[in-house]
Amino acid sequence: MIKFIDVHKFFGHQHVLRGVNLEIENGKTTAIMGKSGSGKSVLLKHIIGLLKPDSGQILVDDLDLTKMKDKELNQIRKKFGMLFQDAALFDSLTVGENVAFPLREHTRLTEDEIRKTVAERLRAVGLSDIETKMSSELSGGMRKRVGLARAIAMHPHFVLFDEPTTGLDPVMTEAINQLIIETQKNFNLTCVVISHDLGSIFKISHNVAMLYEGQIIEYGTPTEIQGSLNPVMTQFLSGSIEGPIKIV
Amino acid sequence: MAKLFVLLDQVGRSTLAIVEEVGKIVLLFVSVISWMFRPPLKAANIFKQMEFVGVKSIFVVLLTGCFTGMVLALQSYHAFRLFSAESLVGATVALGMARELGPVLTALMVTARAGSAMAAELGTMRVTDQIDALYAMAANPVKHLVVPRVIAGVVMLPFLTVISDFVGILGGYFVGVVLLHINSGVFIKNIIKHVDTGDIFNGLIKAAAFGLILALIGCYKGLNARGGAEGVGKATTEAVVLSSICILVSDYFLTAMMF
Repeated sequence: MIKFIDVHKFFGHQHVLRGVNLEIENGKTTAIMGKSGSGKSVLLKHIIGLLKPDSGQILVDDLDLTKMKDKELNQIRKKFGMLFQDAALFDSLTVGENVAFPLREHTRLTEDEIRKTVAERLRAVGLSDIETKMSSELSGGMRKRVGLARAIAMHPHFVLFDEPTTGLDPVMTEAINQLIIETQKNFNLTCVVISHDLGSIFKISHNVAMLYEGQIIEYGTPTEIQGSLNPVMTQFLSGSIEGPIKIV
Repeated sequence: MAKLFVLLDQVGRSTLAIVEEVGKIVLLFVSVISWMFRPPLKAANIFKQMEFVGVKSIFVVLLTGCFTGMVLALQSYHAFRLFSAESLVGATVALGMARELGPVLTALMVTARAGSAMAAELGTMRVTDQIDALYAMAANPVKHLVVPRVIAGVVMLPFLTVISDFVGILGGYFVGVVLLHINSGVFIKNIIKHVDTGDIFNGLIKAAAFGLILALIGCYKGLNARGGAEGVGKATTEAVVLSSICILVSDYFLTAMMF
């Protein structure tokens, strides 16, 4: 389980996270939604220790990330996979080398075993025979899928998705949604998805949290969230420009 | 009075910013040293960087070294002719190349070619989340990206300097002996008489130091790039300017210590 306890984060004078409290259940997909610039990516980066909170605790399987040294943090990070917004594939490496990267880094698998695992992970995301391609030769959707293959290469417990469907056409968006659902089920993953793509969120999530003005203001199942009477929620879900959410 | 305080405030802020930047570069250096000795060393990555920094810089080093030697011979010939000391042209070219121009010009050319590329590549990796992806996969960017580049800089700069020294002297020989008709035997004899191995060796130590500077600053600026394409461009420019300044300033102090 991942747990945020009263997490605060400042960037200079900007108070981005203002006491976030959130529990992310094991074996489920939790989506965190919020308007652009609300701090969703900041929240996600805290889970994997890319950012440290100014105060508060972040517990992963009851271990407090905020008190960990780099070595301990790296041990925890091995339990995670992360799909970045633009996949963040290494430009200088081929697709195969990208997916193999964490395996070469952290396991003692032979080259033959690595090759097999890479092919298996790429098959799991619906790709095959593209190991020798460079990431620059891939389309946006393919990059995301290779990014997911790399994220699950080490068979992680947790996978973090940073806006997985942003910039994709509707067909590819649906393909990525299905992929997240299937991957979560097949590998029994705990997934955290940050997005403002409502269609995707309600399709792939077991639980949804709304981040607004640095706090989680609503948490529940997709049905509960869709039925919320909170004015912020109703404005966000309806996409209305009238309401408490200010357009900056 | 208010203007004075504003001025003092600005001077203070600039000084703090410089001190902070120097501190961060020193910390990166310490981190490089500590990761350098932790196995496994990524040999393939190191060789790739050595090829990029060293082998691919040979042409530009050949060109600059050769023409520097030639112009040095031409200038010193005209100066020495005033007191009939043309025979010293060879020694002047050889000493100038071995002690100063070989290492410094090589370092400046490699800064422009490879140091800028380091900053641009790492800067692009920073703004496209590839550095964060390394951290997320429990892989240290210093070990994967900076250590191979620093090793490549420190190892390859002396090799390139040897090439620069050699073609510089060759260029000087061509101008002095072939074009200006200085006696070939005298030209070579004076080189052997006035240039000792210490001159060449100290020049190579300087080259290694410059290799460290350009790789470290290139990587530092790249890793700290912010704000998309503009940020990468800014980081690249700053890397070249700062590396060049540091190379020239450190050259003075290294020379003062060595010779």
